[in-house]
Amino acid sequence: MTLLITLLSAIAVTLVWYLNGKARRLGIGTLCLAFWGASLMWLVDAVAEYIREGENYFKPAGADMLNDAFLGLAVVALGLAAWVISVIVRDPDGVVRRRLKRHE
Amino acid sequence: MACFIAPAAEAVVTTVITKRLEKKEKAAEAAAGSENTEAKRLRFSDKLKWLNRMLWGGSALLAFEHIWHGEIVPWFPFLTRAADASDRAEMLTEIATNGIAMSLLITLVWGIMVAVTGRLEKSPAPEETEEEALS
Repeated sequence: MTLLITLLSAIAVTLVWYLNGKARRLGIGTLCLAFWGASLMWLVDAVAEYIREGENYFKPAGADMLNDAFLGLAVVALGLAAWVISVIVRDPDGVVRRRLKRHE
Repeated sequence: MACFIAPAAEAVVTTVITKRLEKKEKAAEAAAGSENTEAKRLRFSDKLKWLNRMLWGGSALLAFEHIWHGEIVPWFPFLTRAADASDRAEMLTEIATNGIAMSLLITLVWGIMVAVTGRLEKSPAPEETEEEALS
């Protein structure tokens, strides 16, 4: 589930990067590469687990699946939070700086 | 267990290489007089940054997963499996197998990205839209 959620996020973010010029200017490409990197790493983990467990890999216990889904969502949230913080700190469009000047 | 250590180690090496290469490329461009020689082509150091971002980003998110599973702790030796000798051997085996495989796969994907973009750079790009020209 973690792999699946991260992979879907990587695909979605890649499409946003391709279609949206403003998102590119805000550095969404870094988030995109981070999600792809994590997806590839978890893919290796998944293949190793499949080699160990065989077809049982595709029959996880409900509790494990739920925990993995929570983890996947937490990973996506962490990546998005890190990206939003980097946007605010770098402030490429000067939005934060303009707001600060208005209050001076 | 700690498989993300191998790609993280690769990330350290490739980041150092990127910094050095970037300096060299900028110096070469300055010596050539302008950045105009291959104005529309990305520097190799810029392409190396893609690899760095995949390695650092992936390692960071996998490290988070290990924290989630209680395999990384904020006290020495930081990795729970590193405390016991037999667990340590198992952990090192995983780093040597899964970790190296992760590094190789990411590097392979990056190589494909470089090859594809190399081909795209040679072919003429469609007209830029107004929005893209501004970004």
